[in-house]
Amino acid sequence: MWSPGDDVIEVTRTPAPGAARGTWRTFRETVRGLLTTFGRFTEKPITVQYPEEKTPVYPRFRGRHKLHRFESPDPAQPGLEKCVGCSLCAAACPSDCIRVVAAENTPENRVSAGERYAAVYEINLSRCIFCGYCEVACPFDAITMGHDYELSDYDRTDLIFTKEMLLAEPLERTPLRNEGE
Amino acid sequence: MTPALALTPLATVGYYEAWWVQILKAIVIFAVGLQLVPVVLLAERKLLGRFQSRYGPNRVGPYGALQPLADILKLLTKEQFRPTTSIGFLFAFAPMISIMTAVAAFAIIPFGNVQHIFGERVGLYGVDVSIGPLYLFAFSAIAFYGIMLGGWSSGSKYSFLGAMRGAAQLISYEVSQGLALVGVIFTAQTLSLTGIVTAQKGMWYIVPQFFGFLIFLTASFAETNRAPFDLTEADAELVGGYNTEYGGGRFASYYFAEYLNVLVVSGIVTTVFLGGWLLPFGIHPPGWVDPFVVLFKMSLFTFLFIWVRATLPRLRYDQLMSFGWKVLLPLATLNTLVTAVLVVVTH
Repeated sequence: MWSPGDDVIEVTRTPAPGAARGTWRTFRETVRGLLTTFGRFTEKPITVQYPEEKTPVYPRFRGRHKLHRFESPDPAQPGLEKCVGCSLCAAACPSDCIRVVAAENTPENRVSAGERYAAVYEINLSRCIFCGYCEVACPFDAITMGHDYELSDYDRTDLIFTKEMLLAEPLERTPLRNEGE
Repeated sequence: MTPALALTPLATVGYYEAWWVQILKAIVIFAVGLQLVPVVLLAERKLLGRFQSRYGPNRVGPYGALQPLADILKLLTKEQFRPTTSIGFLFAFAPMISIMTAVAAFAIIPFGNVQHIFGERVGLYGVDVSIGPLYLFAFSAIAFYGIMLGGWSSGSKYSFLGAMRGAAQLISYEVSQGLALVGVIFTAQTLSLTGIVTAQKGMWYIVPQFFGFLIFLTASFAETNRAPFDLTEADAELVGGYNTEYGGGRFASYYFAEYLNVLVVSGIVTTVFLGGWLLPFGIHPPGWVDPFVVLFKMSLFTFLFIWVRATLPRLRYDQLMSFGWKVLLPLATLNTLVTAVLVVVTH
């Protein structure tokens, strides 16, 4: 008698059902499938109606960048900028989308807390990959990743965010996920 | 066999309506029947959504109610183009065949019994042909030319494959569909669809002809090219099947014909197996309720069509063929034989 050998696993198949049993099985499985979809039909849809409803993001979500100032006791007098124009973020940026031009602080024009400040601070968001290395590189926590992700625009030039735009209090368009949610 | 059975003609058309009644009826059925198509279109998309735990269209109008209108407007404003390899007049003619046969089949669905309106006897149906089911099968056979010519004259291999599949599928399943109805015709002893409905006064044919009902329903899915038998348009392998090269108004015609066919089949199932305008438990509402009863029963079957589409995956081509010939046809034949014997014995 022929033997497949030791290294071959023999698969025993159950006999295929005959015409009557096969038909019955098909019918039964069809009904089972119909009941499954009907179960979905009776449930509420799970769709998130996106522009009106938004999925909340986690606190560590990396969205659009924010530049920070020191807190100021006087709301009319905004605090000094945290950024000192060291360009470490630009050096850390893998997609090379940050441009910093530093200038000296003078007693008459004091912008930041350090010796120098960023005269120009631009992030080209059409190139940014939202990796968060700039945030890690910054020695003063001047730049952090925010929560906004709705960044589409009609023009590429509109996606180059200047220092004023990054410093401005962003419109919080994205809900934050609560603890445990 | 009793002499009464032998002498009864298969169907008799008892009266003829005035010409103006016939024209009026045609317009009403056309107006009401064709307005049902966008409703079914929307219902299908909404229900498919709900079957998949999503909403379906809900942006155009309240609850997405104007979505079919937007779809149709979009299709009608598109450019009429055709491939250079296509055959012009057949390419334009094929969708017309599809839509005309669907409308013609819709004309025989009885929506109610004979009413007395304006002193005239008016049957609430387009026409009560004395050969009811044969008329239906004649037009579904012509409808197949719509698909076949459309696919062939497109001059595209995908369309051609879809059309060929459609041809084989329609021929295979038409046999079972016809045989399933033969059982009912034996039992009712008439070919007139209104006659079949009135013969169901005691009991709807879904009970004594349950197998016939299942066979007819299954074959109808194939005849209307609906899932799980939608091999003519198998989008995964044939791009779009027979209507791949169609766009704009002509595509809309095919689309329209498909949904009208669903309505026609629902209407026929309602008439033949579900007692048409009759209500159970001996309830006899006034005559104007009849069309609503029929529409309600039709909507049940339309729901079933959508439900099945949301559930079952498309069959493989050889599965389709072996199911049609090896399972459905023997069952339909058996059903017909048993019914024939029982009818003779009980008479």
